[in-house]
Amino acid sequence: MNDSNQDWTTVIKPKEKLLQVDLKELWRYRDLCMLFVRRNITTQFKQTILGPLWYIIQPAMTVIMYMVVFGGIAKIPTDGLPQPLFYLSGICLWQYFNDCLTKTSSTFTSNAAIFGKVYFPRMVVPISTVLSNLLRFAIQFALFLVVYAIYQLFIIPGQIHTNWYALLLPLLVLMLAGLALGFGILFSSVTTKYRDMSLLLDFFVRLWMYATPVIYPLSTITNAKLRFVMSLNPLTGIVEAFKYGFLGEGQFSWGMLGYSFGFMVVLLAVGIVIFNRVQRTFMDTV
Amino acid sequence: MATAIEFNNISKIYRLGLVSTGTLAHDLKRWWTMSIRGKEDPYLTIGETNDRSIKGESEYVWALRDIDFKVEQGDVVGIIGKNGAGKSTLLKILSKVTAPTTGTIRARGRIGSLLEVGTGFHPEMTGRENIYMNGAILGMSKQEITKKLDEIIDFSGCERYIDTPVKRYSSGMMVRLGFAVAAHLDPEILVVDEVLAVGDAEFQKKAIGKMQDVSRGEGRTVLFVSHNMAAVRNLCKTGIVLHNGSIVFSGTADMAIEKYLKNDTLKDNIIDNLTKTHPRLNVKKILINGTTLSNSTLNPQNGYLDVLIEGEADKIVSADASLIFQNNDGAALARFSFSDKRGLLNLDGHFSLSARIKLPPNMHAGRLKIDVAIHQPNVEFYLVARECCILEVEGYTPITGQLQPISSGLLSLTEE
Repeated sequence: MNDSNQDWTTVIKPKEKLLQVDLKELWRYRDLCMLFVRRNITTQFKQTILGPLWYIIQPAMTVIMYMVVFGGIAKIPTDGLPQPLFYLSGICLWQYFNDCLTKTSSTFTSNAAIFGKVYFPRMVVPISTVLSNLLRFAIQFALFLVVYAIYQLFIIPGQIHTNWYALLLPLLVLMLAGLALGFGILFSSVTTKYRDMSLLLDFFVRLWMYATPVIYPLSTITNAKLRFVMSLNPLTGIVEAFKYGFLGEGQFSWGMLGYSFGFMVVLLAVGIVIFNRVQRTFMDTV
Repeated sequence: MATAIEFNNISKIYRLGLVSTGTLAHDLKRWWTMSIRGKEDPYLTIGETNDRSIKGESEYVWALRDIDFKVEQGDVVGIIGKNGAGKSTLLKILSKVTAPTTGTIRARGRIGSLLEVGTGFHPEMTGRENIYMNGAILGMSKQEITKKLDEIIDFSGCERYIDTPVKRYSSGMMVRLGFAVAAHLDPEILVVDEVLAVGDAEFQKKAIGKMQDVSRGEGRTVLFVSHNMAAVRNLCKTGIVLHNGSIVFSGTADMAIEKYLKNDTLKDNIIDNLTKTHPRLNVKKILINGTTLSNSTLNPQNGYLDVLIEGEADKIVSADASLIFQNNDGAALARFSFSDKRGLLNLDGHFSLSARIKLPPNMHAGRLKIDVAIHQPNVEFYLVARECCILEVEGYTPITGQLQPISSGLLSLTEE
């Protein structure tokens, strides 16, 4: 019986250790991850005429709508920044977070057909979603840079005080991705059994946008209590840091950024533990 | 030979009914007893045997119960059983799609599963792109796939369509492509579930050939689930019969198939296998091959088969009684009617019909299934007994080369 217990390469048991994340296995499936990324991107615009142009049309239209509704009618200030630039920076970041979160939150339910047939590390799917959305973010960020250049060079030359904090961009995107991934896998794990959560998510994400300084600057919040609540939102620090770095206006603080980072790490850890538990039996409850 | 896979007390419980109703309540109770009071899962003790056709008391059933067996390296194991016997659940656990409720499985080597071919095919992507996609899902690296790409395309026989989106493919072509990828997966353990059901004859032959190569030539282990007994017989050395979630037989493939086919719903006495009766007819006794038992052996050398039907009838006029002989797959081979020689029958009161049926010469060994019916032609059935009796025809099975194995009392034709 004991003859060659080490020989076994696969052992399947009902329950595994809590924090068993097989990174080696995940790495072995990196090709699959990249293929998923390619599939997500290439199949999105099959049989469309405008193709990737949609990535630009959508934020452009949104900016115009915000300018009319929030800037024009509600007259919400923009820290003295040109409205298109202000809104575009918020939209870029928010859109990336929003896309990643809503897509990853349906990981189990929308991939049940594949998951039910063959095993591969389920984490590959949400990770590839977050990666493939990077392309969209890059295009929208390029749009932002174009608009930025137009303002900086022609309309209000030299009046936008871009500073070294702009170099934090990769870190900011990483944190957005981590937060979206964490929330997304958490939601997707819970929705396999209780679908109530997917109904809640839609509504929740919409509210969340208003709790994030996307359409207004944090500086307009003067009420101390409200400000405290706002600072609990891990996205606040990220969005403000972005605006401060690129546009020179905003409330940058290492403390808030550190909080967001810590939040992300804890969220990801919890998300991965729960995701791993659910992935082993979700086929029975989905 | 070393053991390739070891199943140790594998069980799987499923909850029936709608998942949502009362899930939260059950989850809370389970959490309470297990985590707080440190006891066993309260719902595991109330599971019932999984018999699909019988109404049960409990919401929980054992889809698998105490599965315990070993598979030797290089074995091809056929897993057979009725719908819902637990075959696919077993393979799903082995391929890690779902976890067992109790027990462990230990295996040596990479497990490749073919639970459904073409998993993850994206309709908008071309055949070539999908080969990469599908291969990666099954666990191959990009490099491996590139190395085998030509071979895969060649095997699938879809060369011409390879750069066309798979949504333009016929369903058969999709299966071909999917199987071609999986067949080149080269895992040490291959798990195959009913993939041969689709695809044309040529492709099925090719697929079986490939699986034989895999097991014989390369010494890999294959677990094969199918309802196609011919395929199981062709391919497998050993067989396992599952019934209601437990192993009821394990041994050679041929014996497993025998066991499975006998294990059908057939009751021991012919008279208990009536599918339709009529108030004006009360059949009390049916003897086929000189016995009331539904399973008997026929020696074709005798040259005849005795049949007797006895009972009471209430003024049934111009009726006929007949027997249909079928092979194992249910294809009709021959018929016999009492009316052929004696004309239509008038049955009133006690009756007894008996006949000695002449058997054709040169019957092959195998199995015959018999239907019995008493009816007024084109008007009404008084008695129907579908597949109420199985005759094992003794004798010699000639070698028929690459043809399907003969499993019925087929006739040998002779030259003049």
